Amino acid sequence: MELIHLFPLLEIGDPGLRFLAAGFAMAAGGFAPAMAIGLLVGRAMEALGRNPEAQPVIQTNMILGIAFAEAIAIYALVVAVMIGFVF
Amino acid sequence: MRRFRGLAIGLAVLILVLAGFLFLRSPKPIIELKAETIFSIGPFNVTNTYITSWIVIIFISLFAYAATRRMSLVPRGIQNLFEAILEAIHNLVVNTAGEKHGRRFFPVIATIFLYVALCNWFGLLPFFATVGKVEEIDAHEAAFHEKGVVIQQKAGLNVIMPAADDVELPETVTLPDGKVEEVNANSSVEVKQLAIDEAKKEAGLSEDAKIGVLIPFLRSVNTDINGPLALAVWSAIFVEFWGISTYGFFRYGSKFFNFGRLLRGKIVDGVVDAFVGILEFVAEAARLISFTFRLFGNIFAGEILFLVVIFLAPLLFLDFVYVMELFIGAIQAFIFGMLTLVFGVIAVSAPHAESEGH
Repeated sequence: MELIHLFPLLEIGDPGLRFLAAGFAMAAGGFAPAMAIGLLVGRAMEALGRNPEAQPVIQTNMILGIAFAEAIAIYALVVAVMIGFVF
Repeated sequence: MRRFRGLAIGLAVLILVLAGFLFLRSPKPIIELKAETIFSIGPFNVTNTYITSWIVIIFISLFAYAATRRMSLVPRGIQNLFEAILEAIHNLVVNTAGEKHGRRFFPVIATIFLYVALCNWFGLLPFFATVGKVEEIDAHEAAFHEKGVVIQQKAGLNVIMPAADDVELPETVTLPDGKVEEVNANSSVEVKQLAIDEAKKEAGLSEDAKIGVLIPFLRSVNTDINGPLALAVWSAIFVEFWGISTYGFFRYGSKFFNFGRLLRGKIVDGVVDAFVGILEFVAEAARLISFTFRLFGNIFAGEILFLVVIFLAPLLFLDFVYVMELFIGAIQAFIFGMLTLVFGVIAVSAPHAESEGH
């Protein structure tokens, strides 16, 4: 593969760049789900504080919502692992 | 002595971490996305995840058999445990789906829950990623790996022991006539053989030591994408089946093929309806993909985390990772079952009578 020299340490086409890509994929893809889960759990805590008797219902639905939000982070993780270790 | 308790605990932690780091690290993890074939029956490849899934099924069957062998009205022993588990799942299902549909959904949801939870927990047993058959790095082999582990045999089985050495083949070799060749799967046999010899010499092994890649006999079921994919497909089939069996094929199908208003002449409303129907299809497909990748990603990432932590700092941090994996395995099983249940409830209770006249 032809390497285009940019700086002494960075060359386009450098095979090590794919680890950079993997790290960046995970970082970019993990940010929004983390915020979403934080907001979700925060609102669930508020609801729990207002109505402690509804705890099973609130908790079940919170876990469900967290699963949806986390799935997006998992997609990013799968892509990162595939970039880093499979391709 | 009370004063020194904190100090003693801190010292013990430090000793454990250091001992693990210095003496018990495993070789560099070789992460394989595909499940490896152990043997083939005709055209069908039996992979290690397939074997594990059958072991889980047999385990559940034996558990159920033992629980229902001598049933008494007041449950004791294994029957009590089984009843407690099933009652918890039953309450969950009936609370979400209502009495009438809850009874119908319960077997599928309970199966999904138990099967996925046990699959995930089975993957945490000690002999899962470390005992297996060896694919030697051989110049004449068709499958050529670039790194390997020094293979040891314990009691006739190939095991990766802690503190095994890993061997990495050099990237390029210099042939006797001075040319420098790259070493990969397409190199010629002599180049590969040279690379293997060089790597063995560098690691200080004798000429006939075996290096290879270990293919475990057993592998956690959901680390292979086929496991979650199969479950997601069946979950989708069941959700559609429940919808169709409650409403009939055409009335349930009118959710997807909403051409009533278009055929009656109202163009704008009709096109919107048809578009919404197509979106419902896309939503179903997206659900299939998301079910698969949620379960696969969680469990596969857990496995990678294990391998990396064993490589970096075994003995203490591994315990925390283990607890987290237990928890995540159970939560993912719960989530898979609950999502199937919720989509089933939506399928049987959504108002399909939107078209006029019903």
